[in-house]
Amino acid sequence: MSKTLTGIGASSGIAIAKAFLLETPDLSVEKTTVDDVSYELEKFDQALEKAKGELEKIKEKTLNDLGEEHAEIFSAHLLVLSDPEFVDAIRGKVNNENVNAGFAVKEVSDMFVSMFENMDNEYMKERAADIRDVSKRVLAHVLGKKLVSLAEIDEEVVVIADDLTPSDTAQLNGEFVKGFATDIGGRTSHSAIMARSMEIPAVVGTKEITSSADFDTMVIVDGIDGTVIVDPTDDEVAEYKKKQGDFAEKKKEWAKLVNDPTESKDGHHVELAANIGTPNDLEGVINNGAEGIGLYRTEFLYMGRDELPTEEEQYEAYKKVVEDMDGKPVVIRTLDIGGDKELPYLDLPKEMNPFLGFRAIRLCLEKDDMFRTQLRALLRASAFGNLKIMFPMIATLDEFRQAKAILLEEKEKLVSEGTDVSDGIEIGIMVEIPSTAVMADTFAKEVDFFSIGTNDLIQYTMAADRMNEQVSYLYQPYNPAILRLVKMVIDAAHKEGKWAGMCGEMAGDEVAIPLLLGLGLDEFSMSATSVLPARSQISKMTKKEAEEVAEKALAMETAEDVKSFVEKTFFK
Amino acid sequence: MAEKNFKITAETGIHARPATQLVNKAGQYESEVTLEHNGKSVNLKSIMGVMSLGVGQGAEVTIKAEGPDADEALAGLEGVMKEGLAE
Repeated sequence: MSKTLTGIGASSGIAIAKAFLLETPDLSVEKTTVDDVSYELEKFDQALEKAKGELEKIKEKTLNDLGEEHAEIFSAHLLVLSDPEFVDAIRGKVNNENVNAGFAVKEVSDMFVSMFENMDNEYMKERAADIRDVSKRVLAHVLGKKLVSLAEIDEEVVVIADDLTPSDTAQLNGEFVKGFATDIGGRTSHSAIMARSMEIPAVVGTKEITSSADFDTMVIVDGIDGTVIVDPTDDEVAEYKKKQGDFAEKKKEWAKLVNDPTESKDGHHVELAANIGTPNDLEGVINNGAEGIGLYRTEFLYMGRDELPTEEEQYEAYKKVVEDMDGKPVVIRTLDIGGDKELPYLDLPKEMNPFLGFRAIRLCLEKDDMFRTQLRALLRASAFGNLKIMFPMIATLDEFRQAKAILLEEKEKLVSEGTDVSDGIEIGIMVEIPSTAVMADTFAKEVDFFSIGTNDLIQYTMAADRMNEQVSYLYQPYNPAILRLVKMVIDAAHKEGKWAGMCGEMAGDEVAIPLLLGLGLDEFSMSATSVLPARSQISKMTKKEAEEVAEKALAMETAEDVKSFVEKTFFK
Repeated sequence: MAEKNFKITAETGIHARPATQLVNKAGQYESEVTLEHNGKSVNLKSIMGVMSLGVGQGAEVTIKAEGPDADEALAGLEGVMKEGLAE
């Protein structure tokens, strides 16, 4: 019997393949007394060897796919498995207490985990997670259970999981993973963003996909409509094969627009740019015909490692991006860490309300050295293309002035050292805090551009945590309150002869696009894969009709009214 | 027995990468090798032992080696320490 689940389409396209369940098997163990100690020891030794073999494989693959930096963590995992203190403690326990190997592994690893967890240092606490990870692998083998690993997938599958962590997604192999579906998450969750950048169909927030699909069940993931069909009938498979074909056709149509400028039917030009996280995303940007980079999230340079990236490392990354973009604009956002994005090595205190706490520019202004290192790298890279610098989470004019003053100081220093720095670097801010949107007219006199970060602007305006499923109904991009704020920002920019862009998910949303075009947005920055559909959509409407629609929408009462009005007008 | 004192100069202390390198090196020798800091002594062939010491920048540590290849072990480990980790 087929079963249809509804979730949120996170990345468009259709995938039809067998399910691959990413879940942790039940690894609970009871203490038992054993007679045959040497059999238990043998079992443990074999489990250890198997775990090492798997880790070697994962390490090798990570090394090839993602580089040495990411592979190092697995070297550390391997060392734990050959740690004499760890291994001897387990063997000793089996020998002296006549207990089963599984119980000994659990006891000893729990002991080490709690020892590290209790250390007064965030970095050490993180290591507890490593030990837990490694021990789980050994324990699974002792118990004869299969621990699934994304790195081992070698046939076409749809990955099914409760959620995918950044380290899970790093292991996804685009060649075999045709799509994924998760229980939790929204359009802006990490897994959704990754799916779009990898261009694989995904549906998130289905609530019950893990309990509905088994290993090897056929699954259809429809990332266009946000549905998942488990165990489809032959008719359904045929229907979706057709839909898959139609989507491929549409993609071909879009592909023809790759070198075209973005213009409405009446000749109004806007810039369609892409959001990226690392220089590896550039290929997608270029293949999808983006006219620039509207948001380069530099935090990925800082994540998944043990210490801050050096000025040189950063410089190389920024330089590569501006050079490869060949004179097209590249907006680089300075470090936006904190909130849901943590850097264990900075050892920041835990906060009750991280989204409202010590993050982004607030942190950078405090950690002056770290900020200056990044700014120097940016300034040096500016000599190689069209680089613009953007500060995140600006709430007050004073913050902007401080950040800009530090930037100019570093520029001065570099110039006096004889280093090449571009003279025309535009300096702008993210508008994601309501106070800044309201004061946009004042900011516009001092900044060179605005980029509206809608993911945060919506969550702060509606006071709704975007990670909290229970208030997800308040994440309303089409709410007239949001539209009015967006209008204030765009109008303020234009009044001072500046430009206004948007780099949140809303910029690539087909309902929002006519509204934003109508409100006069100059630059739309989105996932690279949304660029061509957006270009096609804009080419089919006039600026004038978009303006009329936007004006009416601003006066509407609810987000639902706006949405259905836009759909009725443009999608018929 | 061979032993030598070091002062840690690396900003991050003996964390992650340096710890991995030290333990890997120590594992190449037959001798028993220990790392001492603050009156505590751990097996230098144990990654968890080394990390549990929590050696930070500026710390004074002692490496001791005892066994048939003690001198070679100490020289090898000194090599790793001097690569930007300690003086």
